[in-house]
Amino acid sequence: MSVAQRAWGAVPDSVKESDTQLIAGVLVFTYLLYVLAQTFLAVTNNAAILPAVANSLQNLTFLIAVYAIMALALNLHWGYTGLFNIGIAGFMAVGVYSMSILAAPTTGSPPGLGLPIPVAIVGAVAITAIVGGLAALPALQLDADYLAIVTVGFSEIIRLVLNASYFAGTVQDPEASGYNVVDIFGIQFGTGGGQGINTPTSSPADFLYSTTSLGDLLYGPSGDPNALGSAVYAAAESVGVNSSVVDGATYSFFLLVVVVTLYYVLLVRIGNSPFGRVLKAIREDELVAQSLGKDTRWFKVKVFMVGCALMGLGGILWQGSFGFVNPNTFRPIVTFYIFTALIVGGAGSNTGSVIGGAVFAAFLFEGPRQLARIVEALVTSAFGSLPSPTTFYAAVVSLNPLAWLGYTIDNVSTLKFVFLGAVLVYLMQNRSDGLLGHRKEIASSVDLSDRTTRNRESAAADGGESDE
Amino acid sequence: MSDATDTPAPQGKDPDELPEVEDSDIERAAQETPRGLPLRVQGLEKRFGGITAVDGVSFEVEEGSLTGLIGPNGAGKSTTFNCITGVHDADGGAVLFQGEDITGLKPYEIANRGLVRTFQIARELEEMTVLENLMLAPRGQRGEKLVNAVTPGLRDDVVAQETDLREEVWETLEFFEIDHLAEEYAGNLSGGQRKLLELARALMVDPEMLLLDEPFAGVNPSLEEKLLDRVHDLREQGYTFLLVEHDMDLIMENCERVIVMHQGKLLAEGEPEDIKNNEQVIEAYLGEDV
Repeated sequence: MSVAQRAWGAVPDSVKESDTQLIAGVLVFTYLLYVLAQTFLAVTNNAAILPAVANSLQNLTFLIAVYAIMALALNLHWGYTGLFNIGIAGFMAVGVYSMSILAAPTTGSPPGLGLPIPVAIVGAVAITAIVGGLAALPALQLDADYLAIVTVGFSEIIRLVLNASYFAGTVQDPEASGYNVVDIFGIQFGTGGGQGINTPTSSPADFLYSTTSLGDLLYGPSGDPNALGSAVYAAAESVGVNSSVVDGATYSFFLLVVVVTLYYVLLVRIGNSPFGRVLKAIREDELVAQSLGKDTRWFKVKVFMVGCALMGLGGILWQGSFGFVNPNTFRPIVTFYIFTALIVGGAGSNTGSVIGGAVFAAFLFEGPRQLARIVEALVTSAFGSLPSPTTFYAAVVSLNPLAWLGYTIDNVSTLKFVFLGAVLVYLMQNRSDGLLGHRKEIASSVDLSDRTTRNRESAAADGGESDE
Repeated sequence: MSDATDTPAPQGKDPDELPEVEDSDIERAAQETPRGLPLRVQGLEKRFGGITAVDGVSFEVEEGSLTGLIGPNGAGKSTTFNCITGVHDADGGAVLFQGEDITGLKPYEIANRGLVRTFQIARELEEMTVLENLMLAPRGQRGEKLVNAVTPGLRDDVVAQETDLREEVWETLEFFEIDHLAEEYAGNLSGGQRKLLELARALMVDPEMLLLDEPFAGVNPSLEEKLLDRVHDLREQGYTFLLVEHDMDLIMENCERVIVMHQGKLLAEGEPEDIKNNEQVIEAYLGEDV
């Protein structure tokens, strides 16, 4: 860690103290690294540099944004209140599926409610909050470990229910034996079952680039570019960047700049208030909070609902932006990725959550793949193309280090998990606070230290007493 | 978690399980409780499995007094405390605070009525600063409502209230002479400083009465002196104290009224001089705790 510590020491103090500068600094550093890496790869592959860099950066921005969003939401539960919610994927699924079902056309397969998309999003967030509240009522009476078990079980139940064919809505003939449309008071809908379900749009940037009427805004744009869209696409085309990269970049930029900022501001306001102070007290010692007159159960239910709503919205903005989801998207691994992002950044710190999301996405999630590509390019240019053995056994018995390397590179997406595990073990042992978890983020709307009548001399005189 | 929450306690208060105190008794007691009697405990009972930890204890605490509750180990002092403050549900009997029946209320409801406790082992909120610890305590903070905390217009009121509270918090810190530790994490404080912090925090709730559970245990003599001075200062300001203590001498020197418990029962009650010469008390202490 000494290299990292020295690098950290080289960062000016003014940057470390200012949250926005710290976040901006991490992002700029990450982007520069990616620009260099992608330029190198494009040059070695004889590809056009600008489109390659643009495509890579839009993908990176998307990942950074979604992990930052989810880490912020989890920080409210786990970092602030100490609620060990490992059912994040389930709450994301509730959000995405609620939106999809609310927005799906009534004549579709599976049928939905045919509501306008904005209404569907708001409704889905409300549904996630309510589902979170219902899950919380029995679960919050339990101690931390049991809450974890309940939430992960809950998340899996949601995924399996969505996967079940009974509610899929794919067989719409009431006479047929496999009829599986859910019918509640005449409102018919289905989840799509294992086949998955369409989300309202596969390209959220179309809302900006191809909306020409109110109808487009409410029920999804047609995809034909409007005046702004044509201009932007043409400008991008002239430098070799195609329209799908422009769409991706626009949406990713929106997520990072608008959504992450809104989440951040909201969570800082929640945290730095008397409400946030009670949450912290619940995390530290719930009985003390009760003994000081705080109705902790009500606080916990509220914060669980708000956090779940934010997770549901995060799911909608993330998994709901590809045009299609299926239940396998919401396996528990998603939850653990988000926990890793928060642990890396530092639980309890909102700034840490954003930085954790960025570091996780750029270096732990995407990093190994990019590193493998660079290593492959370097080695290939030195030794010619690498052998790629199909099995571990074949790689080992070949006794050829190049084959070992080739095998490693081919399997880097799997080895990523080993790498993630190693990073987590290291962090837990050496820096359990994450990057920024040690920072004092005081839970108050005012600067508590700011007091003119304060006597600094007495602090100096009695300073040694705290060591006794 | 504490032993308090792990104990299998009966849920709620079942009227049938109050054999010794009829509802009418409680009502009568409520009517009879004069203003000078903030706390009145009647026939309090608490059983853990087959063990009766508190067995029909009744006593009163006078307004503005410093009353000591003593007894050898296992006498049921802390359990009595936990029953009064709602941490345990009593199996029988009643607790009246300022004439109101508070039996079976939740800890936060009791605290909000102005009966605030501290803990035997100081339970500071470790990863919160001393300032945050104190700011947490005051009742009726507008910003504890989520809407007020996040909505731009409403937040101004929260900020204004917090600015006032901040002043109060600093004054309290100075009163307890721990203002030099204000920005320290509570977990970094020494045992005695934590006790001071706990008392200061309890005071920030603006209580009518304070229940202190062994406030001097594990406190070095100079800090003990400081803590005692503060307790006496506060008593002169009109606060009522009930003090659980192990150390008989300390209670005898400082309290004007002493309640002695032994094996879950009330053994004696009276002025320190009388208690000192009470043979049953001497026997209980010599018999168990030489």
